[in-house]
Amino acid sequence: MDDGFQQNVERALADDQLRRNFAFAMGNFILKRKAVFSDPTETERLRTVGEAIKRRALARLPELLEALEAACTRNGIRVHWAETAAVANRMVLEIIESHAATRVAKGKSMVSEEMHLNAFLAGHDIEVVETDLGEFIIQLAGETPSHIIVPAIHKNKAQIATIFHDKIPGAPYTEEVAELNAIARRTLRRKFQEAGVGLSGVNFAVAETGTLCLVENEGNGRMCTTVPPVHIALMGIEKVVESLEDLPPLLRLLTGSATGQLVTTYVNLITSPRRPGEKDGPTEVHLVLLDNGRSRIYQDPQLRRTLQCVRCGTCLNHCPVYTRIGGHAYGCVYPGPIGSILTPQMEGLDKAGELPLASSLCGACEEVCPVKIPITGLLRRLRDEAVSDAPGGIVPGRGSRRSLSERLAWKAWAWLNTHPHLNAAATALLGVFGDYLPPAGPLERWMRYRVEPQFSAKSLRRRVKEEKVAHE
Amino acid sequence: MSDTARDRILARLRRAPRDEAPRPAVEPPAPPAERRERVERLKTLLEAMRAEVRQVTETSWVEALGDVLRTRGIETLLYAPGTPVGQAVEAAWAADPDGLPGLVPYAAAAEQLKDRIFTVDAAVTAAAGAVADTGALILRPSAAEPRLMSLVPPVHVAVLRADTVFASLGEAMRAGRWSEDMPTNLVLVSGPSKTADIELILAFGVHGPKELIVLIVE
Amino acid sequence: MTSDSSKPARVYFFGTCLVDAVYPEAGVAAIRLIEREGVRVTFPPGQTCCGQPAYNSGFPEEARRVARHQIRTFPDDLPIVVPSGSCAGMMKHHYPALFAGDPELPAAQAFAARVVEWSEFMVATLGVAYEDRGEPIRVTWHSSCHALREMRVVEHSKALIRLLRNVELVELAREAECCGFGGTFSVKQPAISGAMVADKVDDIARTGAARVLSGDGGCLMNITGAAARRELPFEGQHLAEFIWERIHG
Repeated sequence: MDDGFQQNVERALADDQLRRNFAFAMGNFILKRKAVFSDPTETERLRTVGEAIKRRALARLPELLEALEAACTRNGIRVHWAETAAVANRMVLEIIESHAATRVAKGKSMVSEEMHLNAFLAGHDIEVVETDLGEFIIQLAGETPSHIIVPAIHKNKAQIATIFHDKIPGAPYTEEVAELNAIARRTLRRKFQEAGVGLSGVNFAVAETGTLCLVENEGNGRMCTTVPPVHIALMGIEKVVESLEDLPPLLRLLTGSATGQLVTTYVNLITSPRRPGEKDGPTEVHLVLLDNGRSRIYQDPQLRRTLQCVRCGTCLNHCPVYTRIGGHAYGCVYPGPIGSILTPQMEGLDKAGELPLASSLCGACEEVCPVKIPITGLLRRLRDEAVSDAPGGIVPGRGSRRSLSERLAWKAWAWLNTHPHLNAAATALLGVFGDYLPPAGPLERWMRYRVEPQFSAKSLRRRVKEEKVAHE
Repeated sequence: MSDTARDRILARLRRAPRDEAPRPAVEPPAPPAERRERVERLKTLLEAMRAEVRQVTETSWVEALGDVLRTRGIETLLYAPGTPVGQAVEAAWAADPDGLPGLVPYAAAAEQLKDRIFTVDAAVTAAAGAVADTGALILRPSAAEPRLMSLVPPVHVAVLRADTVFASLGEAMRAGRWSEDMPTNLVLVSGPSKTADIELILAFGVHGPKELIVLIVE
Repeated sequence: MTSDSSKPARVYFFGTCLVDAVYPEAGVAAIRLIEREGVRVTFPPGQTCCGQPAYNSGFPEEARRVARHQIRTFPDDLPIVVPSGSCAGMMKHHYPALFAGDPELPAAQAFAARVVEWSEFMVATLGVAYEDRGEPIRVTWHSSCHALREMRVVEHSKALIRLLRNVELVELAREAECCGFGGTFSVKQPAISGAMVADKVDDIARTGAARVLSGDGGCLMNITGAAARRELPFEGQHLAEFIWERIHG
């Protein structure tokens, strides 16, 4: 077991406030999703469509990226290709510096978290202001997001009131949500106007028309992409879709899964910078296409399915592990089930190999994933990779969790379970000596929370034979 | 031929095994809904999202607009001079400005008008259409009716023609042949701005308008 | 995904390793309840484990070895009845994947097609009916994740319970939530597993049920072990053993 993760887990499990916050929030999300997807047949149909759209877009990924670039370029959007987060960071910095801008207004973007963009820009004296309320809160608190959709969900009103009062000059202490919102609105309004550059993510990029689709409820995304003179959109290469008509089902799936809404307050379709005669909007729009390991993941047909993700966060909401340990315990940008399959593939099993093990494979995530990513199968695959002794492979850190003792244990287990007489003897021994097993290793860990298993004196096999229970 | 990041990324993607993935049928053929039903559904969903909806006529909508503004004590109204809505507003105000807010025409680039845009009380725009099944307006900003109008002022009044209410987004896209000619910006708006980032408690009026009023013109 | 609609003359029974070592009474009851309906049961003595523990731990080669052994131990074209949604799920849904690209894939697929979970077999194929001779009792049902999501047999299991007139079935508030067993998960991630089973046990205690019933030995071991550690008053029992007890009063 990796000490870092285990320590995080134990700390999180002992934090009653955290557990209450998450249990409440995730329970809420589960109910909301059920309400908005109330017809099981229609929901299933929609998920099948969503899966098909994403799989086809991935099947045609190189062609669609080229088509997207061509359409965007025709529209006046400048397209940049970045192989790594470091390159992407430098590209963003270059664009900002070329306009002599020092302030950036930022909408929510998980890709920017992946890039650790804020820290990078801060290191170059660029002020980055998060404008999504949840991101704004954690930026003030000096923390990272704990959930893909609601980054500050681990904080309650009192904690947020304290953060605002301490960190925003002139802000009174108030736990009234309406007042907290008003403080954020006032503070950020100035920032939108002062920013030389607006940054955003991209939910879907439409290759057919060169259109960037962004969804949001607050309006900060529209502000960041309309008020500053320059807009930089950041996107993972897997976010491209083929045509406009792919959007309605994907939007329905994303929105319903993420927040239990039929539609977000705003669905933003951006196709070009300000055109001649227009009076507002950025005069320059840039699109940064980030690879950062995605083209490597793409090489494997099974692992490629990880790239279907639309970042709705519903797998987190339904995960019994995430609900109890929260997002920070995972120690990486993407937590929860999607994080457990994506992070090891991006950062390596040597660094993140415990994450695929932090799952009972219950399948609750897979059952609700709007694009039907086979999450449990991918978790299992990554567990294979972590202990594999085959050379090569595309997942970094393959075999890094190999252990001789575990290998020998499974060989012994296989031996026992392919030799029925030995198996019967072992079971009989357990029946006699089971109560006296020393509490060490797995048994000790079992017994931290349970009494020891009661092995029966006479196994089923023996009873069937002796009592002629069955016909042979 | 230089080896750029673009080339390398595309080359890696092309090296990978090809998936055969058929084109999915994205929307089931929906039974055509009556206009009245569509308008009803739109109204219900917008009101559920705290928008105010008034059903008006070609001759009464300007008066309804005046009423909306007066009851809220609106003192300044941002409008688009070169548009049908804008022209109707100018005419009505000219005829009887009593109790109505001062008009602020969006007649120059945002850079010159920023202070005014950020301090007006309200804005009125047309809506290019609406989507009934999810309860959203379709806004199509243009040179004459810029983007910030429906975003910055705390109150936004949208004038929507009932015969532009589509059953679904897919239908709106097809009827409007969006794929042939996308504007700089298209926005679907389903209510006043909101957030639930604090303990999932819903609060309205964050960065976008605090109030959305929709006048559906029959 | 259904079994034969007509009653077979003979079936195989795959006990599962947990039933074999920890809950043999459940296995005996399940077999006897089948035979009571006039169906002969064959219990190949060479059977061992479905292979799931190795499969989930990243050791597919070892899992395949053990799976191969099961496939060869049940050679005839008979339904294979399994008193566990988890093991049934492994064999029915994962054996074909486990043998992808292997020359034994056709045999694995044929084997998988014959696997049926015990309560589904009793309700959907045998259409059993029972007279409840027991005293009134309140019970609650816990489904393993595989029974719920892979084998989808929850309604069959509950239908069996509802056949018993004097049994009050109260559903858990968080019925679909994993109990935290997950096989090796319970010992590889003990703290998280411990937190999950604690919540499951609280949920069961809140129903006031005297007994929690389940079709899965792993879940039962996990839940009853945690309940006993906290000295909570309810007991756990395999569904088959419970039915047998109830019809004999």
